[in-house]
Amino acid sequence: MARRYSAWSLFREGLRGHKGWGPAWRSPEPKKRYDVIVIGGGGHGLATAYYLAKNHGITNVAVLEKGWLGGGNTGRNTTVIRSNYFYPESVALYDLSLRLYEGLSKDLNYNVMFSQRGVTNLCHSEPEMEMAARLVNAMRLNGTDAELLDADQLRKFIPALNIRPDARLPIHGAVLQPRGGTGRHDAVAWGYARAADAAGVDIIQNCEVLDFITEGGRCVGVSTSRGDIRADRIGAAVAGHSSVLAEKAGVGLPITSYALQAFVSEPLKPVLDTVLISPVTGTYVSQSDKGGLVIGGGLDRVPSYGQRGNLPVQETVMAGLTEMLPILSKVKLLRHWAGIVDVTPDSSPILGPSALEGLYFNCGWGTGGFKAIPAGGYLFAHILATGAHHDISRPFGADRFTTGRLIDEGAASGIAH
Amino acid sequence: MQLFPCPFCGPRDEREFHFAGEIGKTRPDTTGEVSAEDWARYLNTQRNEKGRVREVWMHLTCSELFVMERDSVTMEVLSSTPLREDVE
Repeated sequence: MARRYSAWSLFREGLRGHKGWGPAWRSPEPKKRYDVIVIGGGGHGLATAYYLAKNHGITNVAVLEKGWLGGGNTGRNTTVIRSNYFYPESVALYDLSLRLYEGLSKDLNYNVMFSQRGVTNLCHSEPEMEMAARLVNAMRLNGTDAELLDADQLRKFIPALNIRPDARLPIHGAVLQPRGGTGRHDAVAWGYARAADAAGVDIIQNCEVLDFITEGGRCVGVSTSRGDIRADRIGAAVAGHSSVLAEKAGVGLPITSYALQAFVSEPLKPVLDTVLISPVTGTYVSQSDKGGLVIGGGLDRVPSYGQRGNLPVQETVMAGLTEMLPILSKVKLLRHWAGIVDVTPDSSPILGPSALEGLYFNCGWGTGGFKAIPAGGYLFAHILATGAHHDISRPFGADRFTTGRLIDEGAASGIAH
Repeated sequence: MQLFPCPFCGPRDEREFHFAGEIGKTRPDTTGEVSAEDWARYLNTQRNEKGRVREVWMHLTCSELFVMERDSVTMEVLSSTPLREDVE
């Protein structure tokens, strides 16, 4: 059982030269059998294990991770947390996540550094301002917070912004979600891992799932690089590699994997205290607590499993950045990387059973998986514990691609997925 | 920028190319009844393979479609052939 972190424990360890900290979680040998196996030790997988223990009392759980915890998209995203979506189903899902994030540091006894500095979505034309007003109204009707800012309000809110009317892409206003912000991505993975481990969950790293064991048309376990492991229910939360895993199970998924790139600059003095997103310029940016600008852009337009950046997207993103914030044009980049994201035809996630009985998927979050970690874990735990959908996850079943009841957020909220 | 080989124009800047789709999907025969499952599979399900892939691409500057074989991890281009030779 991990020791509780507190101001007192930090003070005491400070006096002792910080020599008394133990590992935050165990590294157990895999058992032969569990009630539930979760494949993927990223945010969603670890959160699933945590909520299985916390909400459903199921602690005989293994999380299998082929690399190290949070080494995929959980450690590669730009840490933005928001719920500024259009459809009621989406707001119900992402606002559950936002609410869980608001209490997460306390819940996990681990500081995830959720900073609610606001998420500001820019509009670059009058018609966009009309769509923005519609989005603000929809968000409020759906029970989350949103404000419409005009250019004058925006100038006061973000002084560094280029609001000149003769700009190439003039800024007319923005949609602000004040409760949105950024978190510390590694801390989210580590916090969930530590809390799940304390509840009795086995977190097994360097354990790759090689194949599925089926009996009578039902998935009853997995063959791994560390032997066969059996379970009653198996959940996969492997983001960009969902298709690779599904193929081993003989299941098809409506997913295309793309690289999503991000950049971080040299550390600067405070210049931007909100998350700034511009779908038109294809760039978004926030400033980390260390002072580095964390910059992202849209998807690559070519399917890819290559976890690294490339030049065409870099050019677009940097052009957008200097268009919005010319003050940053001399800033140097430190790093540039990519994660592989799982994009569905309607830019909404897939939660629920697969075509193979006993195997469940949590995937399709595309470019927005980080913000959804608490809700993804919460709902996936419900599905794995009960075998049935939660009311919030039901619209996101894979059956929507057959019934045609899509939740097309790519079009509706104009967010570049 | 990476250079992609167009079978008609030779090596060109990657930004001139557009990914069209995976090769080998056949549109269901819509003169007959098509089940929702078959139609959904045709529209949405992708092989989305890691490693060697065969895809239809367009070179936007000459508007020709062709088949490109590449590695989806390393981005190495393995071959590019005109589409009409491949499909007959």
